Amino acid sequence: MQLAAGRAAVFPAPMVFVLGILLSTPLWISQVGLYQYLALEIMIWMMFALGYNLLLGFTGLPSFGHGAYFGIGAYAFGLLQLKVWPNLWFDLFGAVLVAASMGALVALFISHRRGIYYALLTIAFGQVFWFIANKWHSVTGGEDGLLNIRRLPADLGIVSFSLTSNNALFYFCLAVFAVVLVALWRLVHSPLGRVLSAIKQNETRAAFVGYNVWLYKWLAFTLSAGVAGLAGALFAMAQQSAYPNVMSLHNSGFVVMMVLVGGGLVSFWGPVIGAAFFILARDLLGVYTETWLLWYGLIFMAMVIFKPDGIAGIWQAWRQRPSASRRALAAGAVVSTALVQRGADEAV
Amino acid sequence: MKLFEATGLSKRFGDQVVLEDITLHCEEGELVGIMGPNGAGKTTCFNVLTGRHKPDRGTVRFAGEDITGLAPREIARRGISRSFQIMNLFDDYSALDNVLIATPHVRKQGFNPWRDLGADSTAHDLAAAVLDSVGLAGKERAQARSLSYGERRALEIGVALAAEPRMLFLDEPTAGLGAEGTARLAELVASLRKRLTIMIIEHDMKFLFGLADRISVIHWGQVIAQGTPDALRQNEWVARSNLGTLA
Repeated sequence: MQLAAGRAAVFPAPMVFVLGILLSTPLWISQVGLYQYLALEIMIWMMFALGYNLLLGFTGLPSFGHGAYFGIGAYAFGLLQLKVWPNLWFDLFGAVLVAASMGALVALFISHRRGIYYALLTIAFGQVFWFIANKWHSVTGGEDGLLNIRRLPADLGIVSFSLTSNNALFYFCLAVFAVVLVALWRLVHSPLGRVLSAIKQNETRAAFVGYNVWLYKWLAFTLSAGVAGLAGALFAMAQQSAYPNVMSLHNSGFVVMMVLVGGGLVSFWGPVIGAAFFILARDLLGVYTETWLLWYGLIFMAMVIFKPDGIAGIWQAWRQRPSASRRALAAGAVVSTALVQRGADEAV
Repeated sequence: MKLFEATGLSKRFGDQVVLEDITLHCEEGELVGIMGPNGAGKTTCFNVLTGRHKPDRGTVRFAGEDITGLAPREIARRGISRSFQIMNLFDDYSALDNVLIATPHVRKQGFNPWRDLGADSTAHDLAAAVLDSVGLAGKERAQARSLSYGERRALEIGVALAAEPRMLFLDEPTAGLGAEGTARLAELVASLRKRLTIMIIEHDMKFLFGLADRISVIHWGQVIAQGTPDALRQNEWVARSNLGTLA
């Protein structure tokens, strides 16, 4: 992924656009036949996909079991709330910490690998976590999961906001999403982000100019798992429950599809596009058929075969095409050259 | 004073002995050449010297320190940098970013997740100066994969130089270059030797004999001859290789 040369804008236009669209959804979303909870869900998946893309798109590490950390975040949020201290900040922070710690633990075992071996190990660990969530009834609630997770109020000391309504929770999640978006944007333009991208391009060279490749891969996985955990915690709040399905292989596959279809391999904004596209496709196709995933799968296959750079890649190619005026200028130059040549021939 | 010294290096892959009892050294400021036919073990020797492979036996010392078996990053941080026979660049990055990422200035901030590297004028000036020194001024914004073969070779050396090494290993830097490119590279290496200790693997005899202070000949994984270029011109193997029968 090539980042723009020079200083990166603190608030680039796509960021303002995305946040503006999300912020305005309460004004128009019901008028187009959709509902506020959908915007909330899209935003949570955008966060998950952005965090995941730090690993896949920027560091080139294919994790196919990342749903596990989303699920760990959801369970950790629920368990901390139900068994330790029902405080929003404590539970959210705890969920991020637990997911990042589990990610860090797994990364210890896989960061010396790459390619297919890396991918297979991530699936294996993901399945281990899913199995634990399913079978450890006394803690996780087994197949039923954790129920009665509350939408705790956002206590800011002098004032406290209730988050029980979908609208209130949406605005809270939007604030968290904005912070994560800015942080990840800064990260990919920072020395750390550039090193991760360098490792994706050429691990050997990165090692020979003095970087500890293993440590950077470990860190990328840990950070990505932490963001997934935060998204999972917000999801548990939105759903008011945490259940094994949130950490299933399905969910891990969904986030991969979002990133690839959106164009996460070529653009920071790919996961944002992909998450919106996926959730909207699910809801809009789902109105007509229960087999929406089949149709989405076909779109995914077509995209991978014909447009592997995803929607963001299509957009980039469209923007880089010669403009109509440049084409006209080029055509004019060809015609005038031909006329000059013809004149010269006739003169001879 | 010996800056770099490898003693009794041996390496085997399975049953195949690739290096046997290799002993090499470099004085500070010296340019030492390594030559030999394809498959002689030259690149494996470089790989052992720069940490890519651990030797089965023998020691490698740099600036008085034993660096045998250290990882490439640890060797790089001690001041040894290398280029590769098969080019190893960050192809999606611009020429400037390739060099930028290799500078100790950026490496020291490698875990900083917040600072905008694009706004770091010190880093950019350092990287631009390195590009200028390898003849790539004006190519800063060109993507590495879009550069010509000769320019990529120069960038390969630029990335190695950006690490601010005391010693540079160059693995067949003229491979694939035409006469003009080779002449430009010879000028570059001649300018580098004024401030660096260099060890260079090369097939181009004219190039190597024109630059090196001393040359070692490796064949069948062993050093079969070494000496000054003048002394080696009398060597039977070198004489035959000049005729193209071995090289």
